[in-house]
Amino acid sequence: MAKIVAILATTHHPFYYKTSQLPPDEAPPFAAEWVRKVAAYRETLTRARPDLLVMIGSDHFHQLWLSNMPQFLVGKAPFYDANYYNEEREFGLPRLLLRGHEELSSYILRAGLDKGFDLAFSNELRVDHSITCPIFTVRPQNDLPIVPVYTNIFAPPLPRPERFVALGRALREMIDAWPSDLRVAVIGTGHLSLELGGPRQFGPHGPDPEFDARAVEWIAKGDLDGCLAEVTLDSLHAPGNATHGFMDFMLMMGLANGARADYADNLDLFHTMEAYFTWYPDGVPTPEGASA
Amino acid sequence: MSKYLVNKFLFTVDRDPDLVERYRSDPAGTVAWWEAECANEILGCPGLEKSTWLSFSGEERRALAEHDHVALFGLGAHPFLTLTLWIAMFERDHTEPLAMQLDYGARLAHYSLPYPDIST
Repeated sequence: MAKIVAILATTHHPFYYKTSQLPPDEAPPFAAEWVRKVAAYRETLTRARPDLLVMIGSDHFHQLWLSNMPQFLVGKAPFYDANYYNEEREFGLPRLLLRGHEELSSYILRAGLDKGFDLAFSNELRVDHSITCPIFTVRPQNDLPIVPVYTNIFAPPLPRPERFVALGRALREMIDAWPSDLRVAVIGTGHLSLELGGPRQFGPHGPDPEFDARAVEWIAKGDLDGCLAEVTLDSLHAPGNATHGFMDFMLMMGLANGARADYADNLDLFHTMEAYFTWYPDGVPTPEGASA
Repeated sequence: MSKYLVNKFLFTVDRDPDLVERYRSDPAGTVAWWEAECANEILGCPGLEKSTWLSFSGEERRALAEHDHVALFGLGAHPFLTLTLWIAMFERDHTEPLAMQLDYGARLAHYSLPYPDIST
């Protein structure tokens, strides 16, 4: 069976790429620490020696639109072009081409449908920065095939938090049962408290630092019960109007089976808090690369 | 109320560099042209297969034609779409980093929770 060698759950900050490219004399004061934390986080993936990446993200009204909006969608294509004109324009993100892994895409679609998740699919998907930000941060060589999984955290009506957790648990079961010798890493990106296009946007911190502190603790401890007891579709409006992206973190907590994270880090930035978590279901890899 | 159509306008303009410039320089003319020519195009369908029923309400048309992002927020336009397009059009008019985004938010300061419903 396939091995899940690492599970990574992180924020996706579209300004990281541009910030990390700036020469020191032009970089903002927080850049050096940000780059250092991302480099440390990248190592948590590198040492797991993955063969392919399952990537959980959310389209930001790029290819998916209100005339035809899936709740959960799996890409099944040999390649994925990536990033859009407005991401180039606003964030300075370059365009990318990622390889796909159609065999695992097909497997997840079939197994997911059979488990009661009516997954949509796409044979021609241009992924956006929710998928490419973690490529830039934790796999900048972009050398591994991917299976993209999109969730709707953006266009109500949304699935409830419990459904995100259930899909995470189901993906874990599916990948664990996939008849393959490959080493799979699952990388999901979401948000902590976030406000976009509202009165609380772009403050000196995320719009709700108290929520962020609780959220980081839920994720680090794998406290799904505590998280689910407090988080609802309604409650997520209070920390910030784009905080429903936290449900992608909840999906990843489900995928980690509510385990305590093996690696947890965060960085308080303007506008939002960055957060980085890694789980090793197959055991923490030693520095040499072999599983302990 | 046709929140969907307001969002469709913001979405289709934001993804087209020429339309971004056209809307910045001639908002009323762009809105009138778009409503007449583009509002009923079904994205993803051939141009021949149009819808027949989509139009803006008077307040939506006014808010778009006057670049009134505060009114659009109140009408329940998707805040991500409005913000993204506004950054494309107006960030260049500010010299300090994030000045445009902070001004944009400050103009919405009279809104408190719950914000206007963005469901379509």
